[in-house]
Amino acid sequence: MRENNRGLALFTGLVYVFLLGPLVIIAVSSFEPGSILKFPPSGFSWRWYANIFDVEMFMSTFRTSMAVSLLGNLFALLLGVPAAYALSRYSFRGKEMLNAVFISPVLIPGIVLGFAMLKYLIVAYHLPIYTALLIGHTVIMLPFIIRVIASSLANFDFSVEEAALSLGASRLHTFFKVVLPNIRSGIIAAVLIAFLESFNNVDISVFMTGPGVSTLPIQLLTYVENYFDPTIAAISVLLMIITSILMFLIERLMGLSYFTKR
Amino acid sequence: MKNRYAYFLILPGLAFLTIFMVIPILLTVGSTFVQNGSFTLGGYWHFFKDPYFLKILLTTLQVSVVTTLLCVVIGFPVAYYISKLPPRGKSVLLALAIFPLLTSSVVRSFSWMILLGKRGLINNTLLAIGLIQEPLDILYTPTAMIIGLVHLFLPLILITLVGVMENIDPDVVKAAESLGASKFTAFRKVIVPLSIPGLIIGSILVFVGSLTAYTTPALLGGKQRVISTFLYQNAITLNDWHSASVIATIMMVITFVVIALMNRAAAKFNPKE
Repeated sequence: MRENNRGLALFTGLVYVFLLGPLVIIAVSSFEPGSILKFPPSGFSWRWYANIFDVEMFMSTFRTSMAVSLLGNLFALLLGVPAAYALSRYSFRGKEMLNAVFISPVLIPGIVLGFAMLKYLIVAYHLPIYTALLIGHTVIMLPFIIRVIASSLANFDFSVEEAALSLGASRLHTFFKVVLPNIRSGIIAAVLIAFLESFNNVDISVFMTGPGVSTLPIQLLTYVENYFDPTIAAISVLLMIITSILMFLIERLMGLSYFTKR
Repeated sequence: MKNRYAYFLILPGLAFLTIFMVIPILLTVGSTFVQNGSFTLGGYWHFFKDPYFLKILLTTLQVSVVTTLLCVVIGFPVAYYISKLPPRGKSVLLALAIFPLLTSSVVRSFSWMILLGKRGLINNTLLAIGLIQEPLDILYTPTAMIIGLVHLFLPLILITLVGVMENIDPDVVKAAESLGASKFTAFRKVIVPLSIPGLIIGSILVFVGSLTAYTTPALLGGKQRVISTFLYQNAITLNDWHSASVIATIMMVITFVVIALMNRAAAKFNPKE
């Protein structure tokens, strides 16, 4: 059995090399001093990191991405927190169906959703591209906000809320003073998870670009199709650093169990 | 009385999703049955007799099936290994699987462009050790798409399976062993059947994900279209909205049929029922 375990350990190791190796290779080749990306790099330089800040289209699409993800997150919270609360707290007719509707943005293929939104929000409803982009991102963040907050509410003892109400506190007051503090870490985790989902989104954003409007992932996609210099590798490294910081925070807030539960 | 609060709290989110998602989707589907003001199935007929479209559909399905099989075959033993580790090692390996999952799909596909190119690391290495004389054409082929998609979705099936395997009561395995089953038999007769619902859910996620993925085929597939890149091409490059709507509907139907079938299968295999 020892042998067997060793074989399995070796196989697992190889699989992890496959999973992480490419990311390590991007990171290493981002220090290439020449203008063509290669591995191993021919030297060491920060040149392409500096270049990121000189290329206006990266900076402006980064700002758009941040604005859309943060503002969309806020909207998704305003719509999602009451819905998650109602879905966890009350039992009522049509609850199953409503649950399904709120989860559906992750079930519909992203590229289909993006196309349908382009067709109706921009072309038929004549919304500005930026507004449509914001709406699209709010829609895709909503299921994550609702799911994470609902799972956080599942551990909340609603009898505490009943007690506050019976002592004469108003519903709203009770929500902010009793319920909210208890699910605070769930809400922060929901915000971070939804942010990553939105910030990395391609499927919706790819249909919502126009004069002066585009998100960072779409800009990267266009850039990669035309150039092969190490700037993209340098940006990738920065994005991976952001990802690992957010992942660390999510782990602190609710453990990694969120990801393994299905 | 309480119920009224519930509807009131749900209403804003529901209205938002209805206006900006449900209605656009329904109108997109509806529009495929109307051409020049009358009902028609012509849009679908046009596609299903077009060899070019059928080829794209077939390639998409092939790529998705192979990706799913590879993810299952690779993911199952690795998930088993992870689930048996002491808590510390388990968290580290899980975290290392979740990290790529949260990393931008553009970054991950791009990493394979570096590796698989004509002068990429893989070709250079194979040339250097003399295994090949000419660089291989891997990038911009279905093989490249499969590699990219396995890389994209393997973590998903890994963490799903670890979640399921963790919940298998170790006493059941011990019982099987004390009754004379070898470790391998115990694995085959206890772990495998109890993991099947998780395996099916993981496979749905991978299969549907591969079927609808856009970034990876767009970057690694070159001229080879799959259904999602074909949808984009029709909508944006060709401005053919009717065709794009038909493709979108076909994509949704396939996705929902797959989810429904596999969910039913998962429920059937669920040992708790």
